[in-house]
Amino acid sequence: MATVDLKDVRKVYSGGVEAVKGVSIAIPDKALCVLVGPSGCGKSTLLRMIAGLETITSGTCAIDGNVVNEVGPTERDIAMVFQNYALYPHMKVYDNMAYGLRNRGTPKAEIERRVREVAETLELAHLLDRRPRQLSGGQRQRVAMGRAIVRKPKVFLFDEPLSNLDAKLRGQMRVEIRNLQSKLGVTSVYVTHDQLEAMTLADMLVVMNAGMVEQIGQPLDVYERPASIFVASFIGAPPMNLLPLSETGSGLALADGSAIAGSLPASKAVTLGFRPEDVNVNYDGRALPGALTLPVTVDAVEPVGAESFLHCASGGGRVVARVAGRAAAKPGDKIDLVAQAGKLHWFDGAGRRLE
Amino acid sequence: MTPRVVFPNKILPYLLVAPQLAITLVFFYWPAGQALYQSMLREDPFGLKSRFIWFDNFRRVLADPAYLNSIKVTVIFSIATAVVAMGVALLLAVMAEKVIRGKGFYRTLMIWPYAVAPAIAGMLFLFMFNPSIGTLAVLLRKAGVHWDPLLNGTHAMILLVIAAAWKQISYNFLFFVAGLQAIPKTLIEAAAIDGAGETKRFWTIVFPLLAPTTFFLLVINTVYALFDTFGIVHAVTGGGPGKATETLVYKVYNDGFVNLMLGVSAAESVILMAIVIALTAVQFRYIERKVHYG
Repeated sequence: MATVDLKDVRKVYSGGVEAVKGVSIAIPDKALCVLVGPSGCGKSTLLRMIAGLETITSGTCAIDGNVVNEVGPTERDIAMVFQNYALYPHMKVYDNMAYGLRNRGTPKAEIERRVREVAETLELAHLLDRRPRQLSGGQRQRVAMGRAIVRKPKVFLFDEPLSNLDAKLRGQMRVEIRNLQSKLGVTSVYVTHDQLEAMTLADMLVVMNAGMVEQIGQPLDVYERPASIFVASFIGAPPMNLLPLSETGSGLALADGSAIAGSLPASKAVTLGFRPEDVNVNYDGRALPGALTLPVTVDAVEPVGAESFLHCASGGGRVVARVAGRAAAKPGDKIDLVAQAGKLHWFDGAGRRLE
Repeated sequence: MTPRVVFPNKILPYLLVAPQLAITLVFFYWPAGQALYQSMLREDPFGLKSRFIWFDNFRRVLADPAYLNSIKVTVIFSIATAVVAMGVALLLAVMAEKVIRGKGFYRTLMIWPYAVAPAIAGMLFLFMFNPSIGTLAVLLRKAGVHWDPLLNGTHAMILLVIAAAWKQISYNFLFFVAGLQAIPKTLIEAAAIDGAGETKRFWTIVFPLLAPTTFFLLVINTVYALFDTFGIVHAVTGGGPGKATETLVYKVYNDGFVNLMLGVSAAESVILMAIVIALTAVQFRYIERKVHYG
């Protein structure tokens, strides 16, 4: 069991491109840490540096308190699940799983016992004699998982392991990975660009953007208190509504100049945010109590069954409201969106959150 | 499925393949048939009269100790050439993968020897290893090796194998480089994480995944060593000293054009033809089964 500590880790490629610009993360023992961000944000590079597949330009990476900057991937005692699974095509499933154990000189009987045990847990027992190309995508994914688990490493690394699966299977595997990880209690780092995967899996969520950490926290904390405009718009689907503000003599106004009704906490605020589900819809013009009342025109209604999304145009830009069940509005209706003070988020000119 | 093309005209399809058929017939089947026919004739050296003698030529050839020696020489030469050419090419290709700067330049340099004609390649090595003036021969002598390919059959064979392999290395190198590039990098990384050191990774992951390339090159190199090395043998040793480097192909030439035993020479080339057909069939039938195509 192990902790992973990154201290001011940087990666500069030989071409001068700085992929990771000073990242510090302390992952506690047994935690599942999810690195999430758009493509090119440096999350995969960071993972590969933990694995030892990329050199660390500066800063330190420590596993279990020992700095491993100069230790090769072979000696780091980690296991990795790759996006394309990276199963050895010329070996049977059994040999794929036994490979790492054999390389470490585990006795044959012990290998046999451990592979069978893991195969049993992952429901792969009947597939041990097959070759990877005879397996379905989901089965290959399991083999890749099994190959990692059977080694009993200090740390699991997952590099977008579910992105090659179809949506339904992805949902199943997500739950399975979560269960396995907590059952085995192995410290894990999981990279994904899918915010839903990140939210549901993480003990510890790290949102990255352009080579830097935007926010570290528990998933719901990050969701409820995004540290920046980037996090606010990246986490959550549909994303948080963000309206740019301008200062007038009397207070703040939306982009079209209409003043915002309600109390405003900070005069420095230049962007107002609220989540689609955090508004009440007022269909008939009667005043509802709330910190913000935003008159909007409905553009489109998306019913998805359990809820509906109202896409609206407001004086400050486009916003989305999420209402339970069927929406009583239709395109062209003029309605008011009302939000409570505690549900409003304010951001300054640099995009940082204001309390 | 591509749709089947249907020709309304019955003759047109035959006309379209006619040039290819003509070439195959004129340059392959006709000479092959001619050889088959000639192998059963006994002709005087001036070609004035000939006699049909059925399989007498074959009987004579197969009973000839010189011919049996030639088979042995060919087997040694072919195996050695294929092994050296493929082994060195694989080593160079693996090394070339590790070159960081000037990879393209390095690879281009490696391909040049393939453009050198066999006889010239042979001459090159003949000069370098010439016991009296060769630069490398001098070094060998200084190292205490009594180097003399003109008198020592083993030395002559080594020289021949080096010259023949050198020329084929470029070709093999090219295919091995392509084969190595086709192996997904994540497999190597996965193996590294699985605790396999570099040598182990090569033998357990890279080499098995190169099997299709290796198999293909094995066929190509065997055929090359058997048939395309005439020029090198002719330029370097001329089959000597004695008959130490007289390969089957070279013996066909020697018996036919030097000794003017046309019937015997034809019989030898027919045997050669049978050997190649058998060899290719065996290679495809048995070795290919054990090859994993990713």
